[in-house]
Amino acid sequence: MEPLSIYQALSSRFKERILEISDKTIDPFAVIEPTALLDVCTFLRDDPELAMDCLSNQTGVDYKDRIEVVYHLFSYKHRHSCILKVKLPRDNPVVATVEGLWRSANWMEREIFDLLGVTFQGHSDLRRILMPEDWEGYPLRKDFVEPREYHGIATVRESPIVRLDQKKK
Amino acid sequence: MQAWLDSLIARGAFGPHPSPDLIYGAAIAIACALVLFLVAVPFASIVTWVERRVWARIQSRIGPNRVGPNGFLQWLADGFKHICKEDVVPAEADAPLFRLAPYLVVLAFILPWAVMPFASSLILADLNIGILYITAVPALTVIGILMAGWASNNKWSLIGGIRSAAQIISYEIPAGLAIFPVVLMTGTLSMQGIIRAQGWAPDRWFLFANPFCFVAAVILFISGLAENNRTPFDLPEAESELVAGFATEYSSMRYLFFFMAEWGNMFIAAAIVVTLFLGGWQFPAIVQSPRLMNLLQLATFMLKCLFLVFVSMWIRGTLPRVRIDQMMSLCWKYFVPISFINLLGTAVWVAIFPDGNRFTQWLMLSFGVAVVLLFLARVVAFTRRARMELYFHPTI
Amino acid sequence: MSAFHTEEMTLNMGPQHPSTHGVLRFVIKADGEVMREAIPDVGYLHRSIEKIAEKVGYHGFMPYTDRVDYVCAMFTNQGWAMACEKLAHIEVPRRGEYCRVIAAEFNRIASHLLTVGLMGMDIGAMTPFLHALREREMINDLIEELCGARLTFNYMRIGGVAWDLPPGWRDKALAYLDHLEPILDEFNALFSYNKICIQRLANVAVISADEAINYNLVGPNLRASGVNWDVRKDLPYSVYPEFDFEVPLGRGEWGTVGDAMDRYMMRIREMVQSARILRQALTQIPDGPVLGKVVRNFKPAANECQVRVESARGDQGWYVVSDGTGFPHRVHVRTGSFAAMGMIQKLSKGLMIADLVVLIASLDVIAPEIDR
Repeated sequence: MEPLSIYQALSSRFKERILEISDKTIDPFAVIEPTALLDVCTFLRDDPELAMDCLSNQTGVDYKDRIEVVYHLFSYKHRHSCILKVKLPRDNPVVATVEGLWRSANWMEREIFDLLGVTFQGHSDLRRILMPEDWEGYPLRKDFVEPREYHGIATVRESPIVRLDQKKK
Repeated sequence: MQAWLDSLIARGAFGPHPSPDLIYGAAIAIACALVLFLVAVPFASIVTWVERRVWARIQSRIGPNRVGPNGFLQWLADGFKHICKEDVVPAEADAPLFRLAPYLVVLAFILPWAVMPFASSLILADLNIGILYITAVPALTVIGILMAGWASNNKWSLIGGIRSAAQIISYEIPAGLAIFPVVLMTGTLSMQGIIRAQGWAPDRWFLFANPFCFVAAVILFISGLAENNRTPFDLPEAESELVAGFATEYSSMRYLFFFMAEWGNMFIAAAIVVTLFLGGWQFPAIVQSPRLMNLLQLATFMLKCLFLVFVSMWIRGTLPRVRIDQMMSLCWKYFVPISFINLLGTAVWVAIFPDGNRFTQWLMLSFGVAVVLLFLARVVAFTRRARMELYFHPTI
Repeated sequence: MSAFHTEEMTLNMGPQHPSTHGVLRFVIKADGEVMREAIPDVGYLHRSIEKIAEKVGYHGFMPYTDRVDYVCAMFTNQGWAMACEKLAHIEVPRRGEYCRVIAAEFNRIASHLLTVGLMGMDIGAMTPFLHALREREMINDLIEELCGARLTFNYMRIGGVAWDLPPGWRDKALAYLDHLEPILDEFNALFSYNKICIQRLANVAVISADEAINYNLVGPNLRASGVNWDVRKDLPYSVYPEFDFEVPLGRGEWGTVGDAMDRYMMRIREMVQSARILRQALTQIPDGPVLGKVVRNFKPAANECQVRVESARGDQGWYVVSDGTGFPHRVHVRTGSFAAMGMIQKLSKGLMIADLVVLIASLDVIAPEIDR
């Protein structure tokens, strides 16, 4: 099935909980309400016509005014894919985990939590995965400023070049 | 030497009323120890060079070839390097035990040389229980390795030590049982006695005496590999699993001791097989001079042993390592029952043919020759297909 | 046995351990030799490559992609280049596509040689490792001649490749392929069909097809479980539709479908198929330019796309969001090793410590690909 007809099927079933279907981008996607995520995903996985048995990719994007979590779903059975997005507020991004549906979400959600600070409700093991446990801030956010030192290890070194750079700013 | 000792006694160097026997004994002991240390240790070290070169050929590399002709002095350079290195004892380790462990391992490797039958008269002590001694003494290695593993206070070392203990103790049983068929046939435990019961020609070797002996020889050789932690049984120091097993925390000379013992034990295991099954030093009496005869016998014995050592290097270059449960099931489910059957079978055989059976000996010999020929044919066929240009010339 | 109380031992494997293939760490809870659980701890190689992409621009990111997976850097190059081309609607000349396929397939063979060699090393046989590396060295020589680098190639460009095949290179490449196929037979005779090797690998860490899909395993690991999915065949990209090749699947000849032996044999069989693709590519390669016309500082309009490439470690997904400037807004690489690593905790239950090493080697995880 083409992605667009999958989104049609979704919106006919979930009505206004599918906020937007965009076909302007190269890969069209559907934006869904964060609260509807689990229902939509369960439907996508369990419907025999769709059978999205694999969460192929899950990632987050920081858009300065919002954070989007992107789900790339794929069906090995029918060889089709679709993209879901949820838009979350930047100051307290919380969304339900899909770990119960696809086990691969476990680590990908940990990575999004680690790098973008999205909290996944119901996640079994939400710890930092790539950054050290005591790291502050979320590096992939657009306003992240690299700390000048970490446990006494300097991350910048005074040099004429750095000073020029700072002056420019 | 005796005159010099007598003069020392006369001058009162050992006190007013010494017992001459005690002094002679001590002098002989020191002399033997010196000879052993000067022979056994360099021998084990040179084997390391041989092993590295052989191994390098198998892996299509060159191997050490810089120090001395063809890298022959590499073992000296390595030994010197290891002596010069710092001897680190980890702060959390049990220091006395940690320091003691390598000596026990080396002791276990030095002691068997006392009964090593190099030639008809070249043997330090022809004990009447020689074969028991030579299988019992190397078991000291277990204590040394277990001690090293425990005293290192490192979990990887501990696992290595425990694995080693389990392995050596298990394989002592089939190894011990594999010796009995020969003892049953000869009625002696003395190394020289066993060799004298065989002849120089392969048909008189115990390897081909009867089918049970053949199986026993194979079991003994494989158990020898296992007892010395050689591939495919190198689990105690499995570098990809346990870092370096019991030797993880060791450095400097103590580390070297472990590996010297390993290579030395390889030779001892080969010597046991040669003594029991391959005719030992037996050589046709073609010369009259006993001195020359002894030299020829020494060469025969050494060549046979070194061939088996080479086979073990060959195995090391070819086979992966087994898992611990597989190793244990090989020992307890296959080797131990087979060894018992061997023992019973030989007993029956000896009862039926007290003086051996010439026909079976020839049959077994032709079977052995057939196995070797088949193997050689496969090797030749394979080398013809292989791309020999990828393998370096042996004297680079 | 219940009366016999044993204490659980916590072992720390890594980050400096000989068989963790890079900088990985496992916290192992073991009962003697049998593991209760092995908890992976990753991040030791995290360099925030995705953040760097937002700072260095489209062309400038190409050398960084090499570092995502340094064992098969051609595929990361290709994934990034394809994503940018898709965003900016750039055409790649046909000879450029052929060069890409040739370089990438050589890289796949090199990567698989390393994997099968390391498998030998990890179960205690040094010889297969050195034999495999000897062969890999020759591929490195070929690729060095092609692009000047042996590991981090930086060979591809957005719109094609950096350099055409050097004169005489094609004959060398074909001569190497003639050499490789008998060598693989020799390697199988030495190692793959060895009784001990089969005993160590067969029936160890079996992954069923459903589990593999649920955990998002990709590439050879997925196909070893019997799922027929190869991006080159099923979502064709580049010039792969023009070649005739098979997708080997795990058959479980020695144990169960999806065991470590199947995953190991996948690599051997894929090398044969890669050689087949290479032969066709090297004989069919058309003439023409290798690099299309690309604006030096192009600014794709706000858009987003995902590109999937079949790398040596499987389906590699590049998700790129552009915002109309000369710098990508967000880049995300979905790698095979990351998913495989997430599965180890589940698979490790009840395995022996020696099997964990086999498991890591058979999943073919590469630390920088996990941590990026």
